[in-house]
Amino acid sequence: MTTTATVEARGRTASTRSPGAARGPRRTGRIRRIGLPYLLLLPALLLELLVHLVPMAIGIVMSFKELTQFYIRDWGTAPWSGIDNYRMSVDFNAPVGDALLHSFLVTCGFTLLSVALCWLIGTAAALYMQDTFRGRGLLRALFLVPYALPVYAAVVTWAFMFQHDNGLVNHVLHDQLHLTDEPSFWLIGGNSFVALLTVSVWKGWPFAFLIVMAGLQNIPKDLYEAAALDGAGLWQQIRRITLPSLRPVNQVLVLVLFLWTFNDFNTPYVLFGRAAPQAADLISIHIYQASFVTWNFGTGSAMSVLLLLFLLVVTGAYLALTSRGRRRADA
Amino acid sequence: MRSIRAAAVGAVTMSLALAASACGGGSSTGGGSNDSPKTLTYWASNQGASIEVDKKVLQPELDKFEKQTGIKVKLEVVPWSDLLNRILTATTSGQGPDVLNIGNTWSASLQATGALLPWDAENFGKIGGKDRFVDSALGSTGAQGKDPAAVPLYSMAYALYYNKKMFADAGLSKPPATWDELIADGKKISTGGKWGLGAEGSNLSENIHHAFVFGKQHGADFFTSDGKPDFTSEKAVAAIKQYVDLMATDKIIAPGNAEYAQNQSLSDFAKGKTAMVLWQTASATLKNLGMKDDDWGVAPVPVPSGTPGTGTNVNSMVAGINLAVFKNTRNRDGATKFVKFMTSDDEQKLLNTAYGSIPPVRSAQSDAAFNSPATTVLKDTLAKSAAALPQVADESQFETTVGTAVKELFADAAAGRPVTTASVKAKLEKAQQQMPAK
Repeated sequence: MTTTATVEARGRTASTRSPGAARGPRRTGRIRRIGLPYLLLLPALLLELLVHLVPMAIGIVMSFKELTQFYIRDWGTAPWSGIDNYRMSVDFNAPVGDALLHSFLVTCGFTLLSVALCWLIGTAAALYMQDTFRGRGLLRALFLVPYALPVYAAVVTWAFMFQHDNGLVNHVLHDQLHLTDEPSFWLIGGNSFVALLTVSVWKGWPFAFLIVMAGLQNIPKDLYEAAALDGAGLWQQIRRITLPSLRPVNQVLVLVLFLWTFNDFNTPYVLFGRAAPQAADLISIHIYQASFVTWNFGTGSAMSVLLLLFLLVVTGAYLALTSRGRRRADA
Repeated sequence: MRSIRAAAVGAVTMSLALAASACGGGSSTGGGSNDSPKTLTYWASNQGASIEVDKKVLQPELDKFEKQTGIKVKLEVVPWSDLLNRILTATTSGQGPDVLNIGNTWSASLQATGALLPWDAENFGKIGGKDRFVDSALGSTGAQGKDPAAVPLYSMAYALYYNKKMFADAGLSKPPATWDELIADGKKISTGGKWGLGAEGSNLSENIHHAFVFGKQHGADFFTSDGKPDFTSEKAVAAIKQYVDLMATDKIIAPGNAEYAQNQSLSDFAKGKTAMVLWQTASATLKNLGMKDDDWGVAPVPVPSGTPGTGTNVNSMVAGINLAVFKNTRNRDGATKFVKFMTSDDEQKLLNTAYGSIPPVRSAQSDAAFNSPATTVLKDTLAKSAAALPQVADESQFETTVGTAVKELFADAAAGRPVTTASVKAKLEKAQQQMPAK
């Protein structure tokens, strides 16, 4: 309320001095009052328009065109293809649609697992770091290392470690712990899903850790003290105080992790190159292949739009559900 | 609460917009000009052992060119893994270099975009005429019946490199000439952690080159005469199965090679872990990896029977690099002068010696510098038994789709899953269905 009041006050003082005051100070003041926030938003809106909405619109136009290498130099001249690109993308009995569906399902499974693990590990670590102990600061800094490293360097290192012949992973699992009969392949074949998930969780959980840790700072200490007095154990305190208090934080955290993971391109690309193994064929790589490897830019755009719609629906539903739940809890 | 909601909405918008704007583009027009006569940008492909090596080789030549013509050439060496994407981006945005290297197999694909300056009789006249170049190299400069989209710069061919000591240790006196001999020799060598043959199973281009040669030997072309994909013929399936079987059933390629894509098989060769590799112009790299010239020998890539030649005894693709000019260059005359300079006899001798490749320029090819045993094999192969990859607009998609199919088959072989005629056919069917619909 305080900010609104200040803006209102400022608006009023300014309006009395302006030439437009002849039309009545109250009215101009209201226009200013309503206009100022929008004026302040304008640069951001313009940039948003330029950086995101215009390319998005172009992408949507492209998805209705037959855009191959013959037209990329001047894509405006590419012939219209109606909804052919979309029809091809969702025809699950034909190869293009079938491959897209496969890739979509792989991505869903991968995202669910990765987000769940990131959240679990991040939350557990944050809870653990609540207590003060020697070396907490150092450990906390260490936990954030994966988050601070350049993605490319980190993933390339993982790719080295996952190598069949000279990789550290096989060296430990096979040569030292004798857990496998033969060194496994991690970068090709079915295990590539595990490799991808490992790197993704390694990369993602420090973010969850950071956010949850920040959220924990906001929970009043006396709540715990009161609970302890009433005889609540550690688990009960976590269930009844910590988790409900973290709810709004978790709502955003899970959503952001979901979107990042679902759209992640860097990890699979650096790990596997331009032809990802089928088991780890994430949708971002799949769309990249359709566009830039087979030069079917129209189909690639259509797939992008479909992905966008899917994410919009999921996100909308998620926001609606979680905020309704919260309102009920508030009431 | 409100700020959290706002943050959520912001994050959502950002991510969604990023998802949808993955494809962007612009347009470009015009056929070039001479607005900027004093400078040129040149994208060179990575030919030497590293980008630094290339800069060391090329920079003195560019300085020489600047002294002769007063035109400053800005050099950028682009790694192979990025080159095609970079060219594609430059094509879409119109913001490309003036002169660039392209893999010669991409000629027809890039020609189809219309971004490259066509080399008609007039343009060829400015660099000394088409007759200066050998025919096999000209065969990979664009679709038949059209003016070439590029000019040959370095020529290469595949050969069989073998480790002399490992051969002697296994009691073998000469390199194999047929596949049966290669498999028999490979089996003799493949014991105790040593392997007969190396491969780059995850390198799509490498896969497609071998798929093409095996295809030729089986009489398969991968494209019909009117340019439609034809990946699933019995002959094509048999060809690719034969190649992957070198790992799957003959077991002369180490399973680990299935995930190689960064020339690891060449370093295995230099370390004495692998006795043979099928490679194009490996000599400079082998030296870099610490091998002496006497340690290895070169022989033609094996054929089904008899000696290498045309038809089903083709044993290499026409490999090489072409030089192209972007149509919308702002220094068309300078770009042409630069192409003339790079294809001049002197530069051809110098550059091809540095890279261990063969000059596609006739007069330079006959120079004594290209008479070593290794280059003689490559020269013979190019002259007698190499074929150009299909010069069709969809060639680059063929490279990636069939290359991926072979990669997946190698993954199966490495994991011990059976590679059968049916499984090869299924992968090739999938590859064909990914090709742009006509």
